[in-house]
Amino acid sequence: MAFHSLEQICRLCREENKNFYQVILEDDMQEREASAEASHAKMSQLWQAMVQADRDYDPTLRSASGLSGCDGGRAAAYYASADSYCGDFIGEVVTRAIQMAESNACMRRIVAAPTAGSCGVLPAVLIPCAHRYQLSDQQVEEALYVAAGIGQVIASRAFIAGATGGCQAEIGSASAMAAGALAYLKGGNEEVICHAVAIALKALLGLVCDPVAGLVEVPCVKRNVIGAVNAMTAADQALAGIQSFIPVDQVIDAMREVGEKMASSLRETGLGGLAATPKGMEVTL
Amino acid sequence: MNIFEILGPVMVGPSSSHTAGAVRIGYMARKILGETPVKAQIQLHGSFAATGSGHGTDRALLAGLLGMEPDDSRIPYSRQVAHESGLAFSFENVNLRDAHPNTAVLTVWGKEGNQVKVQASSLGGGRIMVNQIDGIRVDFTGEKPTLIVQNEDKPGVLADICYARYSQDVNIATLQLYRNQKGGYAFTIAETDTDISEDVIQALPHMQGILKVIRIASEEEK
Ligand code: SF4
Repeated sequence: MAFHSLEQICRLCREENKNFYQVILEDDMQEREASAEASHAKMSQLWQAMVQADRDYDPTLRSASGLSGCDGGRAAAYYASADSYCGDFIGEVVTRAIQMAESNACMRRIVAAPTAGSCGVLPAVLIPCAHRYQLSDQQVEEALYVAAGIGQVIASRAFIAGATGGCQAEIGSASAMAAGALAYLKGGNEEVICHAVAIALKALLGLVCDPVAGLVEVPCVKRNVIGAVNAMTAADQALAGIQSFIPVDQVIDAMREVGEKMASSLRETGLGGLAATPKGMEVTL
Repeated sequence: MNIFEILGPVMVGPSSSHTAGAVRIGYMARKILGETPVKAQIQLHGSFAATGSGHGTDRALLAGLLGMEPDDSRIPYSRQVAHESGLAFSFENVNLRDAHPNTAVLTVWGKEGNQVKVQASSLGGGRIMVNQIDGIRVDFTGEKPTLIVQNEDKPGVLADICYARYSQDVNIATLQLYRNQKGGYAFTIAETDTDISEDVIQALPHMQGILKVIRIASEEEK
């Protein structure tokens, strides 16, 4: 039946004394008439595909347009040797976000989450967390259910595509989904998860979709970085007990309103914003 | 949307609409042709025409025609695969009227001499809609098991089709009829809840007035 609000999910959590993941899993079983095993098998495939895609990154590849590639290697080398501002852990998140988004630009196999343009956000936070906290596949998959449930509500109330709602709908949604997943992994209950989602989404509200030459490369690759890092800071804030003043469903509604007001030149047409800069216009196919 | 439309598909980048959806359009055209294609004329409209080359839309469509699915890592090299497997192809940009911005028209010839013209659009998230077959307007996604029957537009044919499926205990979810002109050719398109067995496919073409039967399996079955 798919959820239309996060409040609805929270209510089910409270009334039936279940956690966020269980509610989403059970809904999927009902919706697709699948067993818990069958549902998990599907989620597990996605997680394995993310891990594989991360492993398969090739630092020598460049995209057909020549606009992206090789930066994943640069980031990895820098964080391995230099005294960076962000430190090792965030450094790893940044590196993986760039790598996955570059793999996408270079026509490698990735997992859309929720879109191909934003495919780097979730794996960029989940893979380093899985290492650092020695998470089992089951735990990560549970977090992916949480992320998917959040994405479902955003898709239902607003949008998850740059063409319809700007980049806030794509990188913003991915970041909100990742923030909720991270809050869940550290034991945050449904309320903490919702605050993490709200905080993450608010931070990226208004972000326009302005890809140079209409290609999912500039600024998309680097926006995956901010989506991932924003998810971590949002999750940390929520876990610290910081609350979003605006309830999460209303934040999603605000995103919808903002997206609807965005000029079409700022919604994946490649006609406005960075795409319309003199440098951006130099790129022709 | 179910949660696996939010997470996933596993796909070759860079764009779910311009790449993954394009692969599925090519794949669907191959299914509708019903045999191995040897020649394809591909027309790109709207954003497919404007940004297609940077998104690999051309290679994605070809890959689908070659039978690849959206996660096939050979997609970037599909032009080469096409040359090797004897699929001749050409691309051109067109301006269609009243078409979705991500639309392609594929005219495809098969090894055994069949020919079909398919117009389809990519809706986002890798999902597609087939809009026309041989100039006749249709509307189906291919997400559910789908049966496409080309038949003469005359009384009784639909009843036969339905009976054939009913007797096989296949539950029809949606049923649509399209025709070019009264008494001409028509397409009957049925989306079903469960997969349609080979028996139905075997039995149908022998019925009067039925010209061609195409079966598209569900995602799970593939
Ligand atoms: S700028 Fe547009 S195409 Fe690029 S990631 Fe954002 S929404 Fe996607």
